[in-house]
Amino acid sequence: MVALTPISRKPVGFYVPVVAAAGAFAGLFVGTAQGSGLLGIVIGALTMGALAFILTQLIKNETIARWGSVILLAVIGFILGGVPMLVLGVIFGWFFGWFSFWLYEGRYRAKVAPYLTPGQVLWHFAFRIICGAILVFLITPILVVMPLSFNAENFFTFTPEMLRFDPEGYSLRHYKDFFNSSAWQGAVWNSVKIAPAATLLSVSFGTLAAIGLSQQHVPFRRAIMAILISPMIVPLIISAAGMYFFYSRVGLQGTYVGVVLAHAALGIPFVIITVTATLVGFDRSLTRAAANMGANPVTTFFRVQMPLILPGVISGGLFAFITSFDEVVVVLFVGSAGQKTLPWQMFTGLREQISPTILAVATILVVISICLLTVVELLRRRSERLRGMSPG
Amino acid sequence: MKFTTTLLASSAIIGAGTLAFADAHADMAKEMTLVSWGGAYQASQDKAYLQPYLEMHPEISAVWDESSNEAVAKLRAMNEAGNVTWDLVDVVAADAIRLCDEGLAMEIDAEEMLAEAPDGTSAEDDFGDLLVSDCFIPQIVYSTTFGYRTDMVGDTPPTKICDVFDTEAYPGKRALEKRPINNMEWALLCDGVAKDEVYDVLATPEGQEKALAKLDTIKDDVIWWSAGADTPQLLADGEVVMGSTYNGRLFSVIEEQDQPVAMLWDAQVFDLDGWIIPAGLPDDRLARVKDFVKFATDTQRLADQSQYISYGPARLSSAPMVGKHAELGIDMAPHMPTDPANAKNTFLYNYEFWADYRDDIDAKFQAWLAQ
Repeated sequence: MVALTPISRKPVGFYVPVVAAAGAFAGLFVGTAQGSGLLGIVIGALTMGALAFILTQLIKNETIARWGSVILLAVIGFILGGVPMLVLGVIFGWFFGWFSFWLYEGRYRAKVAPYLTPGQVLWHFAFRIICGAILVFLITPILVVMPLSFNAENFFTFTPEMLRFDPEGYSLRHYKDFFNSSAWQGAVWNSVKIAPAATLLSVSFGTLAAIGLSQQHVPFRRAIMAILISPMIVPLIISAAGMYFFYSRVGLQGTYVGVVLAHAALGIPFVIITVTATLVGFDRSLTRAAANMGANPVTTFFRVQMPLILPGVISGGLFAFITSFDEVVVVLFVGSAGQKTLPWQMFTGLREQISPTILAVATILVVISICLLTVVELLRRRSERLRGMSPG
Repeated sequence: MKFTTTLLASSAIIGAGTLAFADAHADMAKEMTLVSWGGAYQASQDKAYLQPYLEMHPEISAVWDESSNEAVAKLRAMNEAGNVTWDLVDVVAADAIRLCDEGLAMEIDAEEMLAEAPDGTSAEDDFGDLLVSDCFIPQIVYSTTFGYRTDMVGDTPPTKICDVFDTEAYPGKRALEKRPINNMEWALLCDGVAKDEVYDVLATPEGQEKALAKLDTIKDDVIWWSAGADTPQLLADGEVVMGSTYNGRLFSVIEEQDQPVAMLWDAQVFDLDGWIIPAGLPDDRLARVKDFVKFATDTQRLADQSQYISYGPARLSSAPMVGKHAELGIDMAPHMPTDPANAKNTFLYNYEFWADYRDDIDAKFQAWLAQ
């Protein structure tokens, strides 16, 4: 983006308090970690306000000032708390050096429209900060898990060695546990066997149901739809208990088939909903045209209708897969120990032994999901490029 | 076409499943589902009894189900559904008594089903008083007791149970189990009730109020736990200065994980853990389970288990055979809750009292918690 607005230097009375406020905010976290949030706020505000003033008014040369602030805070951090505080000091030094000059030089104004009032400029940045904060809030729990999974201890704790970045504090033992333990490996295989089978069933039945229910002449369409979607609405524990008693009587409890069927029942609503949504945009005259050309309904479905509604089918299938892969309540009821899936193993592991092996598994799963999503996204872009459509 | 094949295939799968279920009618079943608690305890059972048994019978396969926590509810459901999939269930004595009363556990003939001691003592005498229910096959004696952070208690580490209630001398959070059992006894004991009167007092509404009032003095400093793994985690984090849990968990924290934690054995509460066999097993599965139980509860196997975890074997004849930890090589005897140095002041879980009063006191305790 190019500069939209001419910029000018701002008075001390404006940017020093703003930097001090940011310092207070940072101080709140550092202070709380050290035991006194209030003291942290005061110290953060004072030091960062003073730093902004010194950098911009006394040193003036921006390059020197910003490097100086990085080095100064890094040294202070190192003296106070060793390597981890040094890293924190570098980050803080860089940020506050940049922030001071950004405000002082008025650069923040450069890329927003010239006609905005100060209030609108403030909102412009506040909005971005709020979005960023929400993102941090959503993603931190996942990120925290990753370093903890390399813990050398058997607890969910950041040990002093880990915080000092001492290699002694880190290890791959929980990953080794995961790959060497027959319980975990068995659980992985069960999940890998059950989820695709359940997905296949829910996609086939869900797509058929959605197509059938989208025909005008089917009686009681709404009632049938409601019944098919009910597994999504009824609390899981109730479906699970019901399935348990029913499957026990028909001899399906504690078998792979039982778990697959139960998961398929949970996945079908997702497929029905996504496929129904894509069918809304489907032009029925195409099927009539196909019939007119002599194609039977099955050929019409596979050659004409299916390719057009495929995105809905695939996303429904993905939801069905994830439902089965993540599901713990129903499998606890319908399965027996022989069908222990990954979520079940994680659930018992978490409850009975709180072992960081779970964190290692979680990290592996997160990495796999990121890879899968990236691949899907790349494929989607590629196919759009091939079809001559530019990505949105 | 494709779709018809899918349909056919899936119905074929269903058919095959039903067939597989109807199969397996040999003399002794080839599969066993054992239910236990997970964690280090289940691992000790696996190493001490199951793996040796599987080595002797390579044709058998066995799976563990970590469901002991909800064993009573699940067995009730299984019984109602007419589909008991468990072969052998590890439960605490109180649950065994309940299951036995409800007819969900099979009655055991100790003489016939359990191995005698090497010196010829009958199983009934060897287990002695620990056979607290007709359905119960005891394996271990464990205790619920306290551990504390050695680096958070200053120069005067806690020595008495009442130090738990002394927030001035030992500031910081405490971890207590989220149920009245044990907590009420400890509260009364520290409120000046003599040890042999604790249950008489606790039987009265005033006594229950008194115990809750005592607990109320530390309520703001308590983190309530419900799984045995919680307290070790909280201690390792330094979130709590002291906390109750099963002594084996604390042993693991102290000796295996090398955390700055020590035991407070005062007023530890003994309890028993053991097997029950679900009632109404088919003959082939019952035969297999009987064979396994006879092996798994003999003198040698129970002694072997104590190499892996610091719980006392339930057989008298196993006690002299308690040796060293299998990996650490330390003597296990001083870590047993039953060791004379540790067992100076102990309670035995009062099965009769809690069977009578549990529902009532539970309700009061939960109401107090919610206040």
